[in-house]
Amino acid sequence: MKGRSAASAGFGMLLGLATVPFWVGNSYYVDVASQILLFAVFALALNVLVGYGGLVSLGHAGLFAVSGYTAGLMLQAGFGHGAAAAGAVLVTLLASAVFAVLSLRSTGIGFLMITLALGQILWGIAYRWADLTNGDNGVSISTRPSPFGISLASAPSLYYATLVVFLVALAVMAAFERSPFGASLRGARDQARRMTALGYNVWLIRFLAFLFSGFWCSIAGLLYLYNKQFISPQVSALQASAEVLLMVISGGTATLLGPVAGATIVVITKYVVSAYVVRWNLVLGIIFVAIISFMPEGLVPGSVRIWGFAQRRWLARRATRKSLPGAPS
Amino acid sequence: MTALAVTGLTKSFGGLRVTNGVDLTVASGERRLIIGPNGAGKTTLFNLITGELAPEAGTITLFGQDITRTPCRRRAHLGLARTYQIITLFPRDTILRNVELALLGLSGLRWNPLVGLDRQHHLASRAREALARVGLDHIADRALAETSYGERRRVEIAMAMAQNPRVLLLDEPFAGLSIDERRGVRESLAAIPREVTIVMIEHNMDVALDLADRITLLHFGEVVVEGTRAEVVADPRTREVYLGE
Repeated sequence: MKGRSAASAGFGMLLGLATVPFWVGNSYYVDVASQILLFAVFALALNVLVGYGGLVSLGHAGLFAVSGYTAGLMLQAGFGHGAAAAGAVLVTLLASAVFAVLSLRSTGIGFLMITLALGQILWGIAYRWADLTNGDNGVSISTRPSPFGISLASAPSLYYATLVVFLVALAVMAAFERSPFGASLRGARDQARRMTALGYNVWLIRFLAFLFSGFWCSIAGLLYLYNKQFISPQVSALQASAEVLLMVISGGTATLLGPVAGATIVVITKYVVSAYVVRWNLVLGIIFVAIISFMPEGLVPGSVRIWGFAQRRWLARRATRKSLPGAPS
Repeated sequence: MTALAVTGLTKSFGGLRVTNGVDLTVASGERRLIIGPNGAGKTTLFNLITGELAPEAGTITLFGQDITRTPCRRRAHLGLARTYQIITLFPRDTILRNVELALLGLSGLRWNPLVGLDRQHHLASRAREALARVGLDHIADRALAETSYGERRRVEIAMAMAQNPRVLLLDEPFAGLSIDERRGVRESLAAIPREVTIVMIEHNMDVALDLADRITLLHFGEVVVEGTRAEVVADPRTREVYLGE
């Protein structure tokens, strides 16, 4: 019963996602939908460390930007789209490895501060090393890639490409969550000392998780570059790192759909609500305060809890009504 | 054959020598009891043997292999398992998953990011066997948070035993248990086959004494008395340490 309702909900969601360009119409909003999906991939990537690893990073926007900048600069230098994408993934993995080696000397606040500092270094490079990164003017690209000969020039075609990547990311994360390696990472989060005594290499588990997270950051960064055809230092700023961290925390850490819900809220507030409310940051702040007040575990697990509570109350009420003789049916 | 040999092991915390030239030789299959008052350095000795702490001097050998510089995680693969005095389990998981994590620790499967852990039926059945040996198989699927203190002590033992160790270190396995629970843990320990060498720290002499072949008395980080049960109990130095005579 529960499995069937979950499956039908999943099917409904998939149907909704697949038809977005038809019921949204306006290509601006189709682009917003693409951004929700790519930021969901970004948030899923960060959730690997924050949720399953218990390692709160505040430098992930730096990795996201490394990917976009590498691809953008390679395209400007005359490389093809395939080479630029491969280069972006490789350079981001390398940057993630450096991030991991330096930050995994510590956990908790120490880890957070080191990742923050490393992210700021990358922001500094993007902003001040103008010869390489074109500084504040950013990097723009003239074309989007055409995988398998399909042009991604229109908003709907880019949306579908982003959707495919998002679904692959979601499936990989679902497998990861249930896998022995996922259990190893959660074990290292909950009892690092015990894990070592049981024969696990806790450092290596975290290092590999960092690379896995970095890989999906690079994919999200590439999708961002294709979406905007432009990347600037703002993308790597501390505020961007904080924003994606808020997506993960508000949606629900260590869950599959939490980061997706978080990305949806943030992107919609930023691009849709901002068209009607000038102080949209205030709206976003109120939403976060409401989530933290009523669902401290995050939107997705919190909704599941409240829904289950309401259902039990309703069933209990119906049962009492039935058991009372002479009660109106 | 010697299972575990420790020679001249020394460790200080600041100016305090917590382990001071400890020598310890445990034969294969032996049950060794380590006793001593609070602060004698018993748990520190365990942490040195498992590699959670690094000694300043001395050597540790496991079945003739020098493991003094071997990292903690490698020692588990060499057949060294331990339990903790302060219960150290995975509170968000079920009892079964706790034991499965112990089994995974020694299996190459732990690196696999693709297969479902729930589908590894051989792993689950081995975990259930380990739980059956401590009498917990009927509540294997219960969340750890819903178990009693005594049950958690037995999960600790099941996890250590699931790893099929050659040497098992038990750090106060009876601490904080009721009389009934003690009996259960005692039976679990008595059922461990003689292929496994056991070194056990215990404060409570009454419960642990008849499990032991030999006893080592530690005091201020040094071995004061070592011998058979009768020898150590009769030794005047034992009384001096315990009763301050």
